[in-house]
Amino acid sequence: MSPATEPTARPAPAGSLLVADDLHKAYGATDALAGANFSIHAGEVVAVMGPSGSGKSTLLHCLAGIVPPDSGTLTYNGRDLGAMSDGERSALRRSEFGFVFQFGQLVPELTCLENVALPLRLSGARRKEAERTALGWMERLEVHDVAGQRPGEVSGGQGQRVAVARSLVTGPRVLFADEPTGALDSLNGERVMELLTEAARATNAAVVLVTHEARVAAYSDREIVVRDGRSRDMERAV
Amino acid sequence: MSRLTVWGRDLGFGLRFAVTGGREGWTRTVLTAVGVGLGVALLLITTAVPSALAARSERGDARTDVLFRLDMMPKGDDTVLVGAVDTTFRTHDIRGRVYQPEGPDAPLPPGVSAYPKPGEVLVSPSLRELLDSPDGALLRERLDAKVVGTLGDDALLGPTELVFHKGASHLDPQNDQVERIDAFGTDQPPEQMDPVLLLLTLIVFVVLLMPVAVFIAAAVRFGGERRDRRLAALRLIGADGRMVRRIAAGEALAGALLGLLAGTVFFLLGRQSARLLELSRVSVFPHDLSPAPALVVLVLLAVPAAAVGVTLLALRGVVIEPLGVVRTAKPTRRRLWWRLLLPLAGLALLTPMIGQGRDQGDFNQTMVTSGVVLLLLGVTALLPWLVEFTVSRLGGGSVSWQLAVRRLQLSSGTAARTVSGIAVAVAGAIALQMLFAGVESDYTRSTGEDPERARMSLVVPPSPRGMAQTDEAYRALRATRGVTHVTPPLGTVGAGDRRKDSEETTSVTVGSCTALREVAKLPSCREGDVFAVTGAEYDTSTAKLAKPGRAVYLDPSYAEVHGKALPWKVPADLKRAAVRKDPTGMESGGFLFTTKAFPAKELGSELSSDLYLRIDPAVPDAPEYVRNASARIDPLVEVRTLTATERTGRFASIRTGLFVGATCVLLLIGASLLVSQLEQLRERRKLLSSLVAFGTRRRTLTLSVLWQAAVPITLGLALAGAVGLGLGSVLLKMVGSPVDVAWVPVASMTGVGAGVVLLVTSLSLPALVRLMRAEGLRTE
Amino acid sequence: MQMRLRLSSWLVAQFPAPLWGDHPIRSYTPQVYTPCIVRRMSIPHTLLGLLESGPRHGYDLKKTFDERFGHDKPLHYGQVYSTMSRLLKNGLVEVDGVEAGGGPERKRYAITEAGITDVRTWLATPEKPEPYLTSTLYTKVVLALLTGRDAADLLDTQRAEHLRMMRILTDRKRTGDLADQLICDHALFHLEADLRWLELAAARLDKLGKAVGA
Repeated sequence: MSPATEPTARPAPAGSLLVADDLHKAYGATDALAGANFSIHAGEVVAVMGPSGSGKSTLLHCLAGIVPPDSGTLTYNGRDLGAMSDGERSALRRSEFGFVFQFGQLVPELTCLENVALPLRLSGARRKEAERTALGWMERLEVHDVAGQRPGEVSGGQGQRVAVARSLVTGPRVLFADEPTGALDSLNGERVMELLTEAARATNAAVVLVTHEARVAAYSDREIVVRDGRSRDMERAV
Repeated sequence: MSRLTVWGRDLGFGLRFAVTGGREGWTRTVLTAVGVGLGVALLLITTAVPSALAARSERGDARTDVLFRLDMMPKGDDTVLVGAVDTTFRTHDIRGRVYQPEGPDAPLPPGVSAYPKPGEVLVSPSLRELLDSPDGALLRERLDAKVVGTLGDDALLGPTELVFHKGASHLDPQNDQVERIDAFGTDQPPEQMDPVLLLLTLIVFVVLLMPVAVFIAAAVRFGGERRDRRLAALRLIGADGRMVRRIAAGEALAGALLGLLAGTVFFLLGRQSARLLELSRVSVFPHDLSPAPALVVLVLLAVPAAAVGVTLLALRGVVIEPLGVVRTAKPTRRRLWWRLLLPLAGLALLTPMIGQGRDQGDFNQTMVTSGVVLLLLGVTALLPWLVEFTVSRLGGGSVSWQLAVRRLQLSSGTAARTVSGIAVAVAGAIALQMLFAGVESDYTRSTGEDPERARMSLVVPPSPRGMAQTDEAYRALRATRGVTHVTPPLGTVGAGDRRKDSEETTSVTVGSCTALREVAKLPSCREGDVFAVTGAEYDTSTAKLAKPGRAVYLDPSYAEVHGKALPWKVPADLKRAAVRKDPTGMESGGFLFTTKAFPAKELGSELSSDLYLRIDPAVPDAPEYVRNASARIDPLVEVRTLTATERTGRFASIRTGLFVGATCVLLLIGASLLVSQLEQLRERRKLLSSLVAFGTRRRTLTLSVLWQAAVPITLGLALAGAVGLGLGSVLLKMVGSPVDVAWVPVASMTGVGAGVVLLVTSLSLPALVRLMRAEGLRTE
Repeated sequence: MQMRLRLSSWLVAQFPAPLWGDHPIRSYTPQVYTPCIVRRMSIPHTLLGLLESGPRHGYDLKKTFDERFGHDKPLHYGQVYSTMSRLLKNGLVEVDGVEAGGGPERKRYAITEAGITDVRTWLATPEKPEPYLTSTLYTKVVLALLTGRDAADLLDTQRAEHLRMMRILTDRKRTGDLADQLICDHALFHLEADLRWLELAAARLDKLGKAVGA
């Protein structure tokens, strides 16, 4: 059965994987988040939408434990992220989370293969093994032919697919994608989204997808809207 | 438009961009200006040092008085008697002169308008300060005169020199320390500088200036990455590639010109503070520190030219496209052969001079300088190749190591460039340290003095009061605080085989049996005995004269010197004594008279006497009490402290200069290293935060930054060590000293170099930590 | 214009928001895209275009049309017959031959020179770019503002609706062939354009509202 044809029929585990409740975060005088809520189940793709400067990216950074919120609670798999040390959060990001950004995320001096293998190496894997696994993911994202090239030598679409491969290589349970197609043309953007969601579904990973493009958001199962730092869950609102 | 006007127009554009480029442009320009300014100031000060030294020696010549001439000029209205009464106060050497003008036309020494009267003294500003300080009491006692004025700058070599001029009324022109003169100054040719010392000085200059040049080259490239982006924007609005290069050169020129300005200011500030600075007892007046005009012009022209040249050279491998800067993807592999040519050419220039220092031969200054410069330039040329060669073969290891190695593989040139300044400085310093260590034994000579037998010695000049004065001195010294033992006085006077112009000469020593035992091994001794000591070094005359019945003349005359020439017959009961070194390490042969055997009535006033003292090390100012006591006896009494070894003063000052200079240079380069490191980190801000986002440990990134600095610096220091040791060996061979690898300086200099890099890395860590925060992920 | 207005009302009618959650998606799928194609297609020109590759029987024409463009909404024979007779009358096609056994549907049609010119002209004439969904939404937005309602609410609700449909189109695209992909992309871009217009309108109105309020 193709899961694509029946998004709501997919089994959702009891309880949410990642839950945020009433998050607040201010940068100086500006409130980036002013009471944001969020929850996601395993295997679910949730789009975070909203106008520029609405706090989408800040929400993603808070959810991923990169930026500590000023107030509010954040629970991943029953664990309170606010109670963790910076080191514990880093370890969590290494092992449980994956990241794809708009651009500027690949280490320019490493080859694409080494970039993909990097998260595994950070988690202590041996180089040979890490690169073997990495190559598998690169094949899956159809970029294994640029494995030996440096990021500066491949096209934007290939680079972004390398980044997706890197985000998936550790088998994360949550994938955070911040405007993953922002720097790509439509065709490459669609391809990246297809591969990303396919791979996420295959591994039952949850995806938090920040985007302002409806066509990209259409790859999600549901969306939440962030406006002026407040979130609005459209499924519950409707 | 002609080529020249095109150049002028584009350089002008660049100059304008440099100062109107907003805050970023300003920061870059100011940074460059400060960097270049520091370098220029150092250059100017260094170029001013020769003139400062020349000015010192000029003043030194102009005030020369006591030349220890044997022929005495007749007394006249235009003559003055000068006595040298130099003394030492603790660690300070004090130049002292007593003057007794003999007529109204007596010449005045430089820096004074009138002679002090007897009982009065003129002092230099520093000496006045010392006298007025709480420590000065002992010294005031020694001077024993009323301070009536201050000596002018012309009387001094440098602002901190301690000098006094004292008035006197009873100077004896016969005294060795006293001279009658009718003019100050000497036209004697100055003492030729030892070729080895000259070599050392030359190399110190080269070693200090080379890294400064490298530093200036680095400083004009501060902020290069941002500038590249601005240049790309210029391409976008229609500037062609050559135009953009010229504009970049113009920007660098602006930095260099401002740097010249800043350098002049720094130099003037440094010059003003020169008065306060004393380096190994050498101080200079600010007005002495004036660089030779030719050198100033050279600096003024060379620095901007170098700025333009370096910029154009740096942009050689870079294509500036309208949409950004493309570094030519695969730079051609660096070739080794021409890089090896530089140091080899340097060696070739130095080799012919091997061994020339042994026999005081001259070194060809041009060859030495260019040889050393080429060898050190070899470091800057070889280092990029070495770094590239090495990092391309590195692999494996942890993530931090992999990140660092890959980065170095992509941009080994930048890495090599940043450390090449340090490498050059370290290589030069190692070579010099080796040279110093090697020639140190030559210049630290053993004096032969035996501080165990006596710490101090006094020479009491002949006195009309005869031996009474010596006995007084003996008693006074025994009563002096801190003196534990004084040998009874040993008087000496000359002896010869003729009344005048003797062919065989020897000396007569007079003293008690105890005193005589200090200078000879006596079989037995009673008052009234006379001994002959034969077989002393360089003494063949005594053996010829010491024959009973032979006529010997005591205090004979010579062409210029009138003596008493008292005839004396060698007695039949002449005893024999064996040679013994005196406490100053001298062997003296001749006749030894017990006091009773000596015709004191006739010759007592001709004896100059030696006294040897032991002092209590627990009394800190014991030597000062002794000097004060001797000054009371007669200011012309010579007091010496006996030490086992002695180092020549010039050597010490060069060595200190090197240490100070090398430290300054290394810190300067460290500053430029810090600037470029911070710049690189800012460039990678986005990447760093995304790496942190996916869970990279901060430690991993910090370590990778450290590796990134450590790998090139290790290679740089290794190369510096090799070149430094090589250069050091060649230099040692040139001066004819045995080549001995001095590991201590090698280790200490590489240690200092590594320390600077560690310091720079640790200073850049706060910035790294700040950049690793997730704020870097925020899109503008 | 007529057709497009119909589509927009159809869209609103097809997706009554409160009912959404209870319906299986699959059952809506054919209706989603077929109207998008068929209603917006000129059948005479399409058939003429099919004849350009060579003479065909009426039955062949229908079969080919259904395969390429018809999907689940095939043409009626009557439609083919009446269209061909109109084209015949206008001299754009001619009868190439009749198969024994007679009947109008056994005629073999061939395109004439005039027909080829007509197809060329049709293909070369751009479609009149008309705003085709905005009228209703425009009315809604203006009404919302007039009655003091939050335009952002309207936007969010409408976006949710649009996304619902876009998800279905996206899913279809993933599993469909090239034709599906092209057709769905077309619809997706249009839907996205609606949303962008809505977002802009909401932002403008918000600004206006603030100005009025101040």
